[in-house]
Amino acid sequence: MRYVTGFLRFWYDFVVGDDWKIAAAVAVALGLGAVAAAAGAAGSALFAPAVVAAVAAAFVVALLADVRR
Amino acid sequence: MSSGTVVGLAVATFVASFVEFVEALTIVLAMGMTRSWKSAWAGTLTALVALAAFTAAAGYALATWLPEAALQLAVGTLLLIFGLQWLRKAVLRSSGRKALHDEAEEFAEQTAAARRAAGETRLGLDWFAFVVSFKGVFLEGVEVVFIIITFGLNAHNMPVAVAGAGAAGLLVIGLGAAAARPLTRVPENMLKYAVGLLLATFGSFWAIEGLGVLTPGRHSVSWPAGSWSLLVVLAGWLLLSRVLIAALRRNGRPDPVAAPAAPEAASGRAIVIEEV
Repeated sequence: MRYVTGFLRFWYDFVVGDDWKIAAAVAVALGLGAVAAAAGAAGSALFAPAVVAAVAAAFVVALLADVRR
Repeated sequence: MSSGTVVGLAVATFVASFVEFVEALTIVLAMGMTRSWKSAWAGTLTALVALAAFTAAAGYALATWLPEAALQLAVGTLLLIFGLQWLRKAVLRSSGRKALHDEAEEFAEQTAAARRAAGETRLGLDWFAFVVSFKGVFLEGVEVVFIIITFGLNAHNMPVAVAGAGAAGLLVIGLGAAAARPLTRVPENMLKYAVGLLLATFGSFWAIEGLGVLTPGRHSVSWPAGSWSLLVVLAGWLLLSRVLIAALRRNGRPDPVAAPAAPEAASGRAIVIEEV
């Protein structure tokens, strides 16, 4: 059991790192992009700029949440 | 592939890998100097063997089973998370809201922890030194592997990506062997800021391309200006980080990333905060 916990802990540390809010911000922004892509928006020229803007906005929110604690 | 792109790929993998190698070396040196060199090197070599097996398995799985867009989404997302974590720290440090990371301080913490830890011998090795060295090298090594795979596959030039990372590894090992101490003179915070920008740029570019795996054709999403969009995305992350640093900076605090170099501290230790 200790090895399983250690294994999971390793991958959590590797993927999520010091601040879970950053990983959550990326997941939310790309999740919205995934929904839009599945709905047929990926062909639009505005799709990629809009998703990167969503990632940037989510990053700012995560950072400000960190600062205001 | 143009020569400029080849140089850019080599520089990107070199810089990103260099930072990871410095962190791994700091851990190994701390264990070797305070506990046991034999156990620290045994942990390092075991981690390198495990890393080679992991790389072979991951590389085979990625190349065999994943469509290109899915690969871009998976590794792009990881790179994006890594990059934004580093960018977050760079913004907080530059705005004076977080202490600057210092490899000398990290080295001191690691050695203090090593001295406090109880001695346990297994297989003739100091188990604490072995396990800490193994984990440090494997964790940082996996990050290097992801950087190589992502940059190499997306630029369709794996040899250059491997060469960039390999050169960084050799340089760090050489400097570490010559100095026998953590690389405190490396302007680590500046490097991490630059690497954070690079990883966030490439990560967002590839992750968004990879969202095309959710479309009926499963083809990668196209950016409006193709690869030239990378420059726009990089400029965007740079601008955003500078705006955040300016907005969050506490009154009277200088920007350490832009501050000039200062002489070595009186203690004789070079302190990164003053050099960056």
